[in-house]
Amino acid sequence: MAEAPFGLLAELTHRCPLQCGYCSNPVELVRREAELPTEDWLRVFDEARALGVLQIHLSGGEPLLRNDLPALVTHASSLGCYVNLVTSGVGLSRDRLQDLASRGVDHVQLSLQDATRAGNDRIAGIKAFDRKVEAAGFIRDLGLPLTVNTVLHRQNLDNVAGIIAAAEEMGADRLELANTQYYGWALRNRAALLPTSTQLAAAAPVVTAAQERLRGRMEIVYVIADYHEAHPKPCMYGWGARQLTVAPNGDVLPCPAATVISTLEIENVRDSSLHDIWHSSPSFGAFRGFEWMKDPCRSCSRKEVDFGGCRCQAFQLTGDAAATDPVCSLSPDRSTVDLILSAPAATTITMRKMS
Amino acid sequence: MTGAVPRLRRGVKCTYDQVRSAHVVLFPEGVLVLNETAASVVSLCDGVRSVGDIAAALSAEYDGVEPDDVAALVARLAERRVVDVDG
Repeated sequence: MAEAPFGLLAELTHRCPLQCGYCSNPVELVRREAELPTEDWLRVFDEARALGVLQIHLSGGEPLLRNDLPALVTHASSLGCYVNLVTSGVGLSRDRLQDLASRGVDHVQLSLQDATRAGNDRIAGIKAFDRKVEAAGFIRDLGLPLTVNTVLHRQNLDNVAGIIAAAEEMGADRLELANTQYYGWALRNRAALLPTSTQLAAAAPVVTAAQERLRGRMEIVYVIADYHEAHPKPCMYGWGARQLTVAPNGDVLPCPAATVISTLEIENVRDSSLHDIWHSSPSFGAFRGFEWMKDPCRSCSRKEVDFGGCRCQAFQLTGDAAATDPVCSLSPDRSTVDLILSAPAATTITMRKMS
Repeated sequence: MTGAVPRLRRGVKCTYDQVRSAHVVLFPEGVLVLNETAASVVSLCDGVRSVGDIAAALSAEYDGVEPDDVAALVARLAERRVVDVDG
C-alpha cells in the first residue's frame, strides 16, 4: 500500500480577480456552476484527514471568492490540519482576515507579481499592488506567518532585487521566488515568459546574496527555471507520494497540472472516496515508484533525486507521459527544449480569463 | 550549545496524528513525523529552558540522555525552521 499523503491542495475555485498570464491553471477554467458545493468540500476534508493529510492548502483561483471559505477553514482546522490560505490579497479586509484567523488559518501565502505598483498591476491585469501591501499589513498585525510568492519570468526577472526588498517591506517570513512552470496559461504564453540565460545569470547572485544577508529573518526559496537546467525538477517528490490536488470541479489530481495528460483517466470525488483514489486508482498508480520508468531514467542514479522529472512536461513536449522529462540533458528529446529556447521571444501575453 | 534556548517558531504547530500513530510538527514548509524522544524534546522547546535544561528534564524520564544528542536534534530542528534558538 502507498504511504499516506501529507498535503491536500484544495483548489476551491478557478475564479480570480487577477488575470496573470503566467497562471498554471488550465486554459479551460472550471466555471462557477461546476464547482463543488460546500458539503462536498467538507466531506473531502474528512476523507483527506482520514487518509493521513495534515496540511490543507486553500487555493484556487482566489479562495476568498468562495462565500463558504469561513466554514471550510473552521472544518479543516477542527480536523487538526495545518491550514494554509493561498491568496492574491484582493478582497482580504482586516475583518475578514481576523475572522479567518480566529477560525484556524495558520499561515498565509500572498502573491506578488512584481517589485513596483506599475509592474505588478501590468502583470496582474488589475490594480492589485496597493491591496496586497495593505493585506500584508493585516497579516503582520495579526501575527500570522507570511510567505510572499512571486512567479518569475522575462517581464520581472530583472527586478528580483526590488521584489526581495518589497517582500522584506511587507514583513514576510519567507519568500518563494519561483521561475514560471509552463502549464496551462503559462504554456500558452511561454514565448513571452521564458527568461533569457543572461537574465537568469544576473538574478542568481542577487538571490544568493539576499539569502545570505537575510538568513534567520526571511527565508528565500528559489525555484529554478528548468528549461535552462541540465536536470529536471523533482516533480511532486514522486507521483502519488506526498500530496494530492482536488480541482474546483472535484477532479482528483496527482499533480496540479495533471489534467494536461489526456491519456490519464481522472477520478472525481463525487464518484469515489479519496482513499480509493489515492490507493487504487489507475491515475495515481500510473507513475508511482520506479517501475514505469524507461531508460535513460530506469538505469539512472538520479532517479531517486528527480523521479524522472515532470510527467506533465514529458507528455506536453513529447506526447508520452512516461518519457524522461525532456529538460534532462540525458533525454533523447532535449533538442525539443533547446529549439523552444532558441525561438524568438513574443511580446504580447494572453491574459487569463474564463472562456 | 547546551546553553542555547530553543523556542518553537511562529506558525509551528505540534499535534498527535492518529492515522500515523505519531507526534508530528506542522509548519508552513511541511510536516515532520517525530519519534518519541524527538517529540519530548520539541514539547520542551518553550523559550525558557536551555538545551542543558531539556537534557536534564529528559534524563528524569529516559536513560542515557546525552546533552550533545539533544543539541544535535535542536540544531536539526532549527535548520528545518521549526525552532528559533537564542544564546
